[in-house]
Amino acid sequence: MATRVIAGKTVQVNDEGFLTEPGEWTREIGQVLAQEEGVGELTDAHWKVIDFCRQDAKDSGKAPTLRRITGAAGVSTKDMFKLFPKGPAKKVARISGLGKPEGCV
Amino acid sequence: MKQLLILGAGTAGTMVANRLNHLLDSDEWKITIVDQHETHYYQPGFLFIPFGMYSKNDVMKPKRDFIPAGVEMIMSPIELIEPEHNRVRIQKDGRYLNYDFLVIATGTGTRPEETPGLAEHEWYNSIYDFYTIEGALALAKHLRTWQGGRLALNIVDTPIKCPVAPLEFIMLADWFFYEQGIRDRVDLTLVTPLPGAFTKPVASKHLGNILEQKGIKVVPEFLIEHVDPDAKKLVSYDEKEIEYDLLVTVPLNKGSDVIARSEMGNELNYIPVDKHTFLSPKYPNIFVLGDAADVPTSKAGSVAHFAVDCFSENFLRYIDGLEMLPTFDGHANCFIESGFGKGLLIDFNYDVEPLPGRYPLPGVGPFKLLQESEMNHWGKMMFRWMYWNILLKGQELPLPARMSMAGKWK
Repeated sequence: MATRVIAGKTVQVNDEGFLTEPGEWTREIGQVLAQEEGVGELTDAHWKVIDFCRQDAKDSGKAPTLRRITGAAGVSTKDMFKLFPKGPAKKVARISGLGKPEGCV
Repeated sequence: MKQLLILGAGTAGTMVANRLNHLLDSDEWKITIVDQHETHYYQPGFLFIPFGMYSKNDVMKPKRDFIPAGVEMIMSPIELIEPEHNRVRIQKDGRYLNYDFLVIATGTGTRPEETPGLAEHEWYNSIYDFYTIEGALALAKHLRTWQGGRLALNIVDTPIKCPVAPLEFIMLADWFFYEQGIRDRVDLTLVTPLPGAFTKPVASKHLGNILEQKGIKVVPEFLIEHVDPDAKKLVSYDEKEIEYDLLVTVPLNKGSDVIARSEMGNELNYIPVDKHTFLSPKYPNIFVLGDAADVPTSKAGSVAHFAVDCFSENFLRYIDGLEMLPTFDGHANCFIESGFGKGLLIDFNYDVEPLPGRYPLPGVGPFKLLQESEMNHWGKMMFRWMYWNILLKGQELPLPARMSMAGKWK
């Protein structure tokens, strides 16, 4: 497994750049990954979604799908595309230090 | 007498009924299966109907023909599952069916009404599906006289039943319009929420190349918000638009409403289970098999078949008080029709994506993995006979349930 240094911390990543250990994630890492994903400066609206995803993944053991996020976090799909343009579920999962959402098999 | 109750007599439910009827002692066990529909459809055959390759009669038989004597079959809609009370309420006579063990195999289905504009006044006029018998037949009629134009095939969201079927559809359409002599007047576009032609990278690249050679366009990462049926365009959540003359949709797939009513599923009515044993983490006497289960493998008959193989052995261990073995590995294999009398085959599981190679005999085949061949096409055509005569009846196929790396290369 590859490692890389993000925001001054060494973390394990897979070949698609997703963190493999959610426990290694910090909010600073989230901000750096958001820049890489073209999301820019994270606002309260972004953090609301990220915090939900972190908690949901902790409970269920996997990154939530877009439908799960919009159903349970009170954010519309349209807003999700504004907050995390192009592939919001995948983007928010990477920024939140979670694996790629399953369910697209 | 112990009671085993199976909900759903589709592919998974029917196979389980046959297999366990054979394995369980009939002096100790009573098996009951419940379903609301009389007809069993060979769903892989729906794909061929729009192109006149199969007729309605090729894909339907009575469900009762596949339920063994000794298994009680009740025809009724299911109202509610009450796992706290180990019983299920059905519509017929308001009866309660008690169980010691429950197998839920209620499947998944298409929900065109969940996408605005789809199932409205242009439904079966300029918008069709091919995942239902009605849609496949209506589309066949439409294609017989269609003069060409822009055909968009849109996948609304994933997961879907048989994730390769949309690819097969568009490759068969390429062949069909060529034979009709109007291929130069038809624009074929696959519009998908996925990043490419398929979910897994190696297969996505191979299949993407084949589509390109056939002059089929792929629009990836398009998550549809609504259809404008009058202007004939698809509009995505990020406000991209695609115009069409004929829209073939793969609507949102969702599990049965009884799962939602019983509060047992996720947002798409799929039920969480252990992905190696199919046991519910919440209820120690409930298993979920087939498309109704929330497991990260394809929703497909081949998966249900391998799953039933693994489950049946494990169920015998379980009722004898032994630990279940984590035998199911997500194994799926699918023929992919690619048109002009050829096909591909893919074989994969939870951990290994579809790779090139030979199957089932390493190095020999006769089937080629992830490559086009005529033999693969004949395999797919033969499969209908195998489905009706071997698979549904729960007889063993000489294929291992678990995936093997032998014969595959990277």
